[in-house]
Amino acid sequence: MSAGTPRVGVVTFPGSLDDRDALRAVALMGGDGVPLWHADRDLRGVDAIILPGGFSYGDYLRTGALARFAPVMDEVRAFADRGGPVVGICNGFQILCEAGLLSGALIRNRQLRFVCRFVNVRVETSLSALTEGLVPGEVLRIPVKHGEGQFTARPDDLARIEAEALVTFRYCGPGGELDDEHNVNGSAGSIAGIRNSQGNVAGLMPHPEHAVDPDVGSTGGQPLFASLLAYALARV
Amino acid sequence: MKVDQPLHRALGLTDEELDRIHATLGRDPNRTELAMYAAMWSEHCSYKSSKIHLRTLPTEGPQVLVGPGQDAGAVAIGDGLAAVFKMESHSHPSAVEPYQGAATGVGGIVRDIVSMGARPVALLDPLRFGPLTEERNRVLFAGVVAGIGGYANCIGVPTVGGEIHFAEPHSANPTVNVMCVGVAPTDRLVTTANEVRVGSMLVLIGAATGRDGIGGVSVLASRTIEDQAADTRPSVQIGDPFAGKLLIETCLELIEGGLLLRLQDLGGAGLTCAASESAARAGMGMELNLDAVPLREVGLEPFEILTSESQERMLATVDPSRLDEVHGVCEKWGLTSSVVGTLVDGGRLVVRMGGAVVADVPARSLADDAPAYERRMERPAGRHEILEDDPTFAPVDTDPRDAFLAVLSSPNVASKRWAFEQYDQLVQGATVAPPGTDAGVIRIEGTLKALALSCDGNGRFGHLDPYLGAAHAVAEAARNVAVMGATPVAVTNCMNFGNPERPQVMWQFAESIRGMGDACRSLGTPVTGGNVSFYNESGGSAIWPTPIVGMLGVIEDYRLLVRPGFSGPGFLVYLLGETFPELGGSEFAQVVLRRVSGHPPTLDVAREASLHQVLVEGARGDLLASAHDCSEGGLAVALAESALAGDTGFAVSLPGDEPWYVALFSESASRAVISVAPEKAEAVEALASAHHLPLSRLGETGGPGMVFDSLLEITVEEVRSAHEGAIPKLLAG
Repeated sequence: MSAGTPRVGVVTFPGSLDDRDALRAVALMGGDGVPLWHADRDLRGVDAIILPGGFSYGDYLRTGALARFAPVMDEVRAFADRGGPVVGICNGFQILCEAGLLSGALIRNRQLRFVCRFVNVRVETSLSALTEGLVPGEVLRIPVKHGEGQFTARPDDLARIEAEALVTFRYCGPGGELDDEHNVNGSAGSIAGIRNSQGNVAGLMPHPEHAVDPDVGSTGGQPLFASLLAYALARV
Repeated sequence: MKVDQPLHRALGLTDEELDRIHATLGRDPNRTELAMYAAMWSEHCSYKSSKIHLRTLPTEGPQVLVGPGQDAGAVAIGDGLAAVFKMESHSHPSAVEPYQGAATGVGGIVRDIVSMGARPVALLDPLRFGPLTEERNRVLFAGVVAGIGGYANCIGVPTVGGEIHFAEPHSANPTVNVMCVGVAPTDRLVTTANEVRVGSMLVLIGAATGRDGIGGVSVLASRTIEDQAADTRPSVQIGDPFAGKLLIETCLELIEGGLLLRLQDLGGAGLTCAASESAARAGMGMELNLDAVPLREVGLEPFEILTSESQERMLATVDPSRLDEVHGVCEKWGLTSSVVGTLVDGGRLVVRMGGAVVADVPARSLADDAPAYERRMERPAGRHEILEDDPTFAPVDTDPRDAFLAVLSSPNVASKRWAFEQYDQLVQGATVAPPGTDAGVIRIEGTLKALALSCDGNGRFGHLDPYLGAAHAVAEAARNVAVMGATPVAVTNCMNFGNPERPQVMWQFAESIRGMGDACRSLGTPVTGGNVSFYNESGGSAIWPTPIVGMLGVIEDYRLLVRPGFSGPGFLVYLLGETFPELGGSEFAQVVLRRVSGHPPTLDVAREASLHQVLVEGARGDLLASAHDCSEGGLAVALAESALAGDTGFAVSLPGDEPWYVALFSESASRAVISVAPEKAEAVEALASAHHLPLSRLGETGGPGMVFDSLLEITVEEVRSAHEGAIPKLLAG
């Protein structure tokens, strides 16, 4: 590890799928990717943690419901409590919601089908580990791929999420417009991602790790990784 | 135990086959042994009707590392790497239970790739259904697509292609094929070249064994599905993709650690197949202990344990000194591993349970000695009339605009986005070209190389002329990888046909193999393996002969890949190749003239090869702004799809002096639509000329419309709405 290079841990649960992709994206964006194992309590001194996409534990029972009991999650929770940046992508977002580190839940897509598509998301706040360097209103092109990505929450939770500006991203049209047509899975308020009130924990359904290399898609995920690395570095 | 006549017949064995078993054993087989022979000698496992024909296919070439006969074929792709690939059918289970049938098809082919030591990197799913105007077909289509996604998405292998067609003969008999491609360092391939010895142990890894899928190969896959299909439902296996994912990671870690000698998937015929093939390939015998097999429920009989097709299981051959390490890796991934057998001297497979010998047969007699039939063949009657009824000369009174929209919104041509979006196309981060492109393209980590993959087969051509249909399938699959700049390297196939005991079906099969063999020889793309699926018929009516070709192409530098979309205004549009008056078996003839008849287009394989050379050299020289295969739906569809993909219109004149509908919709082979920057036009024309390939300049890209001279003008958006909307509209009922 060279000085000034943040170490970003990526947790592999049984059934994680985009763990290698997240490690590759971290490296491409200038960080040190550190593989972490679900059964270990050792975070290997990382400066930030990504819970990657996939179907941890087969998504049996409920998405993310079993992964939150993994030994590593005790350490992830403690790391988050100390203010460490924790990002959940897709299944990782579902796990953070199940673990109570983020509010709300993710249920089956409104259309009841899996959807893999490049979508536009609008940045809603710069107050999170994923969006610190971004300007609200900015539109990014990032793919989604999920069957259970419809964000929902109890009415009072939803009101609080909106009132405290905890929404980080919303599905939108190419010009940033919010409408039903562009709400790819029927999420409440077109919500694609949220943060906790400190901003160090953030989850989103789109896959920024699949949007860092122009040869295999878009580059809309680059600013998110840049933010995460800068956020982690500031704490080193 | 004395076996009465009906049991062997109920298991799908003929009286002659029973005699043959008797001669091998020198006694009557017991019930367990009979079930083992019935499974291994089933059409599905033994290829008894097809093998004399399959032997005529070209299987050798300097690039071939592993040819037919192992779990999957392998070719060298340079940089010390091998591409491992194979296609298989899961049509019969999918007809009975579409979601699980398709899902377990994916699981099975992926394990075939893993058992060769390769990490699966791509899947393609060629599918055939009956018309979506019928409710039953909509249910099958939606169920199969969801099942493919349900398994593939959950194991983290991207789906990058597979064409989907609809035709009446597939109404009760959907065709569900799955192709998987893996990549491994050549020196880490797990093949029969690996040395095993007496005392090597057989370790069963993965799921427990239950009653699911018993008789799958003999009951489901080797007979026709009649109306009582619900009765065969217990023979459909149930998939657990989570266990499948753990099994993939476990096996790859075992291979990477050098802990395995050989690895065998438990698929059709379950443990019987894996054990007898492991022993036969080792040239040894085996002691198999059924008491050591983890069971899902108590009370399973020996024949059930031996023929169960419970999913997510592998049989590894392991040196005793590595046993602890093997158990350790399995434990890390939470999988059960049990020593169930040992390789022994001699050639007998001896199976024990509860202290008793329950089966004792020569392993080779199961794995290699199934009968081979030279079944009777007969050219179907009435062929002459159909072939001579050539739609090219039929009167056409349709408006060009109506015809254009009818073909673009025909389900065969229309966008398959509804299906492709249900597949994870991106996981593993290597997908350079997604499904819906001529070929799916994935780059190889650590290199600039990429694999271009395409599956093709034209049902109407096969129906009209099985020889030409199969040859066209090879040509089109090769063309689809070549338009993207890839050199066609090798082929896997899946031969989907009706009942081989009917001479007309056998004739179709033999003709298809002949056509495929000739085309593969001419194009230098050997067949490294594949699958035959017979008995795709019900009520005496078979599917169209459906030989599907899976082509593997290699691109040396993926940054030079050529895409199908017009990339903005001001590019010159050319047709490479020539259009002949060939509407026989065309989409236009079916959709507009409502007939499937006439001669399929001719195929000049030398011309086809020249086209591929021009496309590949053009890509390497960075001469082509876009390139797209011109086949189904003809020039009209090739131009329209290029415009849709690049969101750029065009204005063209039709070449030649054929009637408009011939120029637009003829499906002459060996053609591609390209666009070229004006400053590169001369170089492209010189390249085509050097390869004696005719080319015609059609016009230019640009504008919001698709303009064909004074014949037809239509906006890109209107075409998009017809092309994108067709399948969702049909599914809405």
